[in-house]
Amino acid sequence: MAARTLSLTPPRRRLAADSRLALLLRSPVALLSALVLIFLLLVAIIGAPLLQDLANTQNLRLRFFRPFSLERGWAYVLGADALGRPMLAQLIVGARTSFLVAGATVALAATIGTTLGMVSGYIGGVVDAALMRISDIIVTVPSLLLALSVLFVLEPSILNLILVLAVARLPIYLRVSRAQTLEIRERVFVEASRALGKGTSSILWRDIRPLVVPTVMTVAMLEIASVMLAAAGLSFLGVGLQRPDVDWGTIVSEGREYLTRAWWATVFPGLAILVTALAANLLSNWMRASGDPLQAAAMGVTASREEAARP
Amino acid sequence: MAADTKVAVTSVLKVEKLTKHFGQVTALNAIDFEVAEGEILAVVGESGSGKSTLARTILRLLDASSGRILYRGKDLLGLTAAEMRATRRHIQMIFQDPYASLHPRRTVFELVSEPWRVHSSVAPRREWPQRVAALLEQVGLPQAYASLYPARLSGGERQRVAIARALALRPDLLILDEPVSALDVSIQAQVIKLLMTLQQEIGFTSIFISHDLALVRLIADKVIVMNRGRIVEQGPTQAIFANPRDDYTRLLLASSPELVGETATKEQEA
Repeated sequence: MAARTLSLTPPRRRLAADSRLALLLRSPVALLSALVLIFLLLVAIIGAPLLQDLANTQNLRLRFFRPFSLERGWAYVLGADALGRPMLAQLIVGARTSFLVAGATVALAATIGTTLGMVSGYIGGVVDAALMRISDIIVTVPSLLLALSVLFVLEPSILNLILVLAVARLPIYLRVSRAQTLEIRERVFVEASRALGKGTSSILWRDIRPLVVPTVMTVAMLEIASVMLAAAGLSFLGVGLQRPDVDWGTIVSEGREYLTRAWWATVFPGLAILVTALAANLLSNWMRASGDPLQAAAMGVTASREEAARP
Repeated sequence: MAADTKVAVTSVLKVEKLTKHFGQVTALNAIDFEVAEGEILAVVGESGSGKSTLARTILRLLDASSGRILYRGKDLLGLTAAEMRATRRHIQMIFQDPYASLHPRRTVFELVSEPWRVHSSVAPRREWPQRVAALLEQVGLPQAYASLYPARLSGGERQRVAIARALALRPDLLILDEPVSALDVSIQAQVIKLLMTLQQEIGFTSIFISHDLALVRLIADKVIVMNRGRIVEQGPTQAIFANPRDDYTRLLLASSPELVGETATKEQEA
């Protein structure tokens, strides 16, 4: 198929993204996962500010109000907790915190980890050795234990939670990007760039980064789910967020005490975590497969993407 | 040596006692040679004789162990990293394997305009489309290729892109590291012809690394014969081919099928 554009305009960057979207539309599981995530995200962004007050409104007469009844309005459709706070409103407000913590943690860890990993892999030597030993140390300490002890000492706030989780998750990005860089560094096009007179930073940014980022993106998507679970775990253990900040883990943790009397106070937030983690996992699995030229070919990828992925 | 007799011509590159060790192995052993303005110097030798190491050491893609590399009187080994990067504008290299030397995620337009991103004084951004168009025409590629990724192109087409990229900076010295040996035989002639035409048009000096002796005989002005990291013989192409003085050169010439006399082949068959 010959390209029809005869004029020498710089190429359109959106082409790859377009064909990836077309691919997504043909994969039902991935599409459903993406839609679920987008829906939850929209609910969290739009709903949370509106329902902030309602979620914290205590009404002891509505203590353990049963779910699936519209008697008290739609906010109580999933029941109420031990203090008579509406579950649905709490879930929506909690969604914002959960997504914020997971998103910010992953973004922070991925950016710093990938940058350090690429520098470490490309420069090598002492820098590489030092960074990798630090990464080994972080890996050796169980991340939950690390977060637990740090948050026990520091005051548990959203910012501290994000920082602690980001540090604990750093080694994954560091190792993935370093390993990729080590391989790409030896390719002839990097040598060709050096022969052109490019400096180290330019080679890292323009030659190596475009090939490392897709892999890191896939890992990051997978990490969203794990971080959300880790944050929920910390909240569940009581060193995560404190009221009035609330995330899904906090709600599960509080509802646990009344599990026999009010199952809905635990099950619904638990279900929210499960659905989000599942959707994120399925989507990242699809991203990995579609980013792999071999598997992408089997998925009926368009020619341009497949070729762009080939060396 | 032959180079000493030519005094009048200016030397573009002069290599003195260039040595490169890889651990215990001596990849380059006291290499001395000189390339004059507009000349094509061929470097021949078997695989592992140090030809590619020589090219990479001249460009400082590998660090030399000792010696001097004088580019127009300036010792490249004495330059700082930043000065060397700036100097690379004048010395370009074309690599052996065009399947590996082009970034897979970059279109032909981006590949060819990349050098101007690095050396921004050569061409302002608004001139890039015209300049890329001109370069593509020069190397005989259709304009529509500008928007393609290298994976769409054949080996010969990719090497043309690599040539266009190298020429984008109008280099003074072009190092060709076996530029056609990774290509189909049918394509090799086209690419060589293109290179020779461009050399005549633009007049760059070049170091041509090859193991194809028939080709070297055709295009080179001077020849260096390398074996195990040292130069065993050097001189004008005619002299080397007509009257090889070193045993290794004779062996090399004898093992090149194109150069074996008709009678010798028949005698062996009989």
